[in-house]
Amino acid sequence: MMQLALEVGQTAQPEAIMFWILGPMAVAAALGMLLVKKAVHSAILMAFVMIVLAIFYIAQDAVFLGIVQIVVYTGAVMMLFLFILMLVGVDSSDSLIETIPGLRPIAFTAAIGFGGLMVSLLGRATLGRDAIGLAAANADGNVEGIAMLLFSTYVFPFEVVSALLITAAMGAMVLAHQHRTTARPTQRQLSINRFRGASLGTAAGLPGPGVYARHNAVDVPALLPDGTPAPTSVNASLEARGDMLDYKSFDLAEVNTQIEEEK
Amino acid sequence: MDASNYLYISALLFTIGAVGVVVRRNAIVVFMCIELMLNASNLSLVTFSRINGDLDGQVMAFFTMVVAACEVVVGLAIIVAIYRSRRSASVDDASLLKR
Amino acid sequence: MFISNTLVYLIALPLAGAAILLLAGRRTDKWGHLLATAMSASSFGVGLYQLMLMLDRPTEQRPASQKLFEWIHVGEFKVDAGLLLDQLSICFVLLITGVGTLIHIYSISYMSHDKDRRRFFAYLNLFIASMLLLVLGDSYLNLYVGWEGVGLASYLLIGFWNQKPAYATASKKAFVMNRVGDMGLSFAIMIAFATMGTVSFVGVQEQVSQTSEAALTAIGLMLLVAAAGKSAQFPLQAWLGDAMAGPTPVSALIHAATMVTAGVYLITRSNFVFDAAPTAQLVVVIVGAITLMFGALIGTAKDDIKKALAASTMSQIGYMTLAAGLGPVGYAFAIMHLLTHGFFKAGMFLGAGSVMHGMNDEVNMRKYGALRKFMPITFVTFGLGYLAILGIPPFAGFYSKDLIIETAFDAGGAKGIILGITTLIGASITAFYMTRVMILTFTGTKRWDGDAHPHESPWLMWLPMAILAIGSVSSGYLLSRGDALENWLYPLFDHSDEYQKHLIEPIIVSGMALTMVAIGVAVAYFKYARQDVSSTAPEDVSIFTKVARQDLMQDRFNEAVFMRPGQALTTTLIATDQAVVDGAVRGVGQVALSSGSALRGLQNGYVRSYAAIILVGAIALIAAIWVVVS
Repeated sequence: MMQLALEVGQTAQPEAIMFWILGPMAVAAALGMLLVKKAVHSAILMAFVMIVLAIFYIAQDAVFLGIVQIVVYTGAVMMLFLFILMLVGVDSSDSLIETIPGLRPIAFTAAIGFGGLMVSLLGRATLGRDAIGLAAANADGNVEGIAMLLFSTYVFPFEVVSALLITAAMGAMVLAHQHRTTARPTQRQLSINRFRGASLGTAAGLPGPGVYARHNAVDVPALLPDGTPAPTSVNASLEARGDMLDYKSFDLAEVNTQIEEEK
Repeated sequence: MDASNYLYISALLFTIGAVGVVVRRNAIVVFMCIELMLNASNLSLVTFSRINGDLDGQVMAFFTMVVAACEVVVGLAIIVAIYRSRRSASVDDASLLKR
Repeated sequence: MFISNTLVYLIALPLAGAAILLLAGRRTDKWGHLLATAMSASSFGVGLYQLMLMLDRPTEQRPASQKLFEWIHVGEFKVDAGLLLDQLSICFVLLITGVGTLIHIYSISYMSHDKDRRRFFAYLNLFIASMLLLVLGDSYLNLYVGWEGVGLASYLLIGFWNQKPAYATASKKAFVMNRVGDMGLSFAIMIAFATMGTVSFVGVQEQVSQTSEAALTAIGLMLLVAAAGKSAQFPLQAWLGDAMAGPTPVSALIHAATMVTAGVYLITRSNFVFDAAPTAQLVVVIVGAITLMFGALIGTAKDDIKKALAASTMSQIGYMTLAAGLGPVGYAFAIMHLLTHGFFKAGMFLGAGSVMHGMNDEVNMRKYGALRKFMPITFVTFGLGYLAILGIPPFAGFYSKDLIIETAFDAGGAKGIILGITTLIGASITAFYMTRVMILTFTGTKRWDGDAHPHESPWLMWLPMAILAIGSVSSGYLLSRGDALENWLYPLFDHSDEYQKHLIEPIIVSGMALTMVAIGVAVAYFKYARQDVSSTAPEDVSIFTKVARQDLMQDRFNEAVFMRPGQALTTTLIATDQAVVDGAVRGVGQVALSSGSALRGLQNGYVRSYAAIILVGAIALIAAIWVVVS
């Protein structure tokens, strides 16, 4: 496919066909990012836009960048996004109702103005010549050409950027790191806490989710012997994220009536 | 095929990204929109490189990618930190600047 | 010049008395008045001692000076607090301390029923000290200190009974009108410093020949404004009548004998300025002539004995100012009239106080009558003062006033004739209203209210009156015998070339003056002694009388010309201040406030709205580029 894209890029007509197919799709996907509710869907559309852009790069003789785009963005960055999404809650959906009064009209007016101005500026800009193309610059190969520039003209910015990357990695680690404010409890301490704690009921450990219940999913609370649901059986972070089902609907009394109605 | 078509699509994608930053509330989506804007400018740089017949534009795009990667790493770490303390990834909830 | 180191005691003694009485408070109530009197008397003693020392010295060595301390030294400007006692100052020193001491004695009895007598005596001592500083200062700036001190003491004493709103208002009026004069003095000092670089009397005298006449005229006119304010001369005369609100001894001391003569002192002291500025001198004469007639006319219509005497004071000081404006020949006569006037007017005021004392503080002369039998001593002393002011020979006023009338005629030409006739008519009117006072008060039928029990005053009161009466009789003769005062003052006012030249023989002038006086007395006699006087003022009087009763509309004039426009000006200024100045200040604040609260809406804390603003900014930037490119 990459080879195909390279060839398409070299001839005018196939490139135009490719552009007029993929271009509108990329714009549609970008618009979709704005309109879908779920962040996960946005991420998938984003990944699509990035792949289209990679194809565009390759079509414009920027093979190295195209590959890097796929590897870095679609591979690394988007994975990072998805990872964080999982952490924050994959199902959490964004309400599209605007809460700041007047912001949406301003945003859309501004967007139309911005886009209109940019397009009109681009339309008015004339180069006076055709695009030169990168055939000469890429004579020794695209990767070699970029490497020549990076390690000669741009070596200093390159080093600065590398330092930035290291610093960013360190910074992310520092930001994500949580300090312990108390000493880690010992086995003995944990044991004492369990048996001398608030209640002996949890001495044998918390009940597992779904035990004795209709479902055995992790977001369904266990039922206690008297038939009432046990909220403590569900992971606390699921509950905090709002991903847990309402445990009251699993009360045995309600279950019974439902069963009778079904009969 | 006129290379400036790529510039038009770049402008469009950039605008869409800008609108996304303003209208979406989920911090992760906002971040993705920022990435979209960076990618749109990258497309412009690559197109300029093609129009001018040298590789400087591509080098610039390369730098942009690296910086964008840094930004994503730090930004997502911030989101995680905020989420940890506030249990929310909505940028509107982090509106303490006014006080 | 002789250097003395005892001059300061003249001022220090009464000042110490005032300080002790004011600072020690009620503890000194029992003996404060005695201390104050002793301080004044000892100051008089020091004055006599200085006079004797001065007489011992040869003429050119007579002025004595004392440097107290370096007061101001800023760059070129250097003023020492220094005292100067020369032939002119010593006249004033003895008048102030002598008459002042007599009035202190008189006040011991007069104020004996007042619970604030100590405070009264403290103010009297403060006045004596200030007045002495005024006449002893060796520069205009030192004089200014005394000038202001005198104004303060006058204010405090006029408003001594300030529990009565009218009295408090009178003191405020006197103070404010004096401030107008004080402005004149400060301007004169500033002009003198700007043009001559010095403010000491000696320095200014030396610089006069090198100074332009315009500057000297300006200084002279400003000094005249100052003198008019302090001496109740036209057009700043309106306060003197109201100043009678103060206790009678105050009227006698301050508003008849001493303080109001400060203006005459200032003009005679600045003789070198006026001699070099004929225009200013002419204005001095005109002011003197106007005031002379003004006061005399007011005096004819006043039923209040103190206000009639106050109008007379104004008129007599007009004589002095006129004389002082006539140049070197007049200065000595002005001073002589000032001294004799100090005696007889103080005596008459004390007599008026004595009458009031016996008549339950009644001041309306129409409620008096036939008091001669009840107050013989007062009648005699007052009568001697009366003869003196009329200018009957050989009483004091004859010598001094006659000399002024002669000098007025000697001015020559139309000026001399106008001034001479003015002074003659003034003398006639003076005779009229003073005779009226005498007749209404001491002769005729009883017109007093039922509860009045007229009686002679105690000896502490009549003794000073008697001493002043002796002065009224003899001072004129003593001072003019062998031209004593003129020769004494000769080194200061060099008039040898003009002296002894008379356009009209003195005997003829005296004859005319006495004739005019006789006419005035006769008119008054027929109008008041031969007819019954009603105890209430008649209403069906001519327009002139009505106008004269209202002080010739001076208050209305001031109100219409100065007060109303002044009030309008201040109202406008306040409105302007509030609308424009405050408006601008508040407007700036309001603009900042409203723009702040308008912009505050943007700072809502939502990151997304900030992003939207950035987007709008980016659009503006691109639009700018678009405009520039196209």
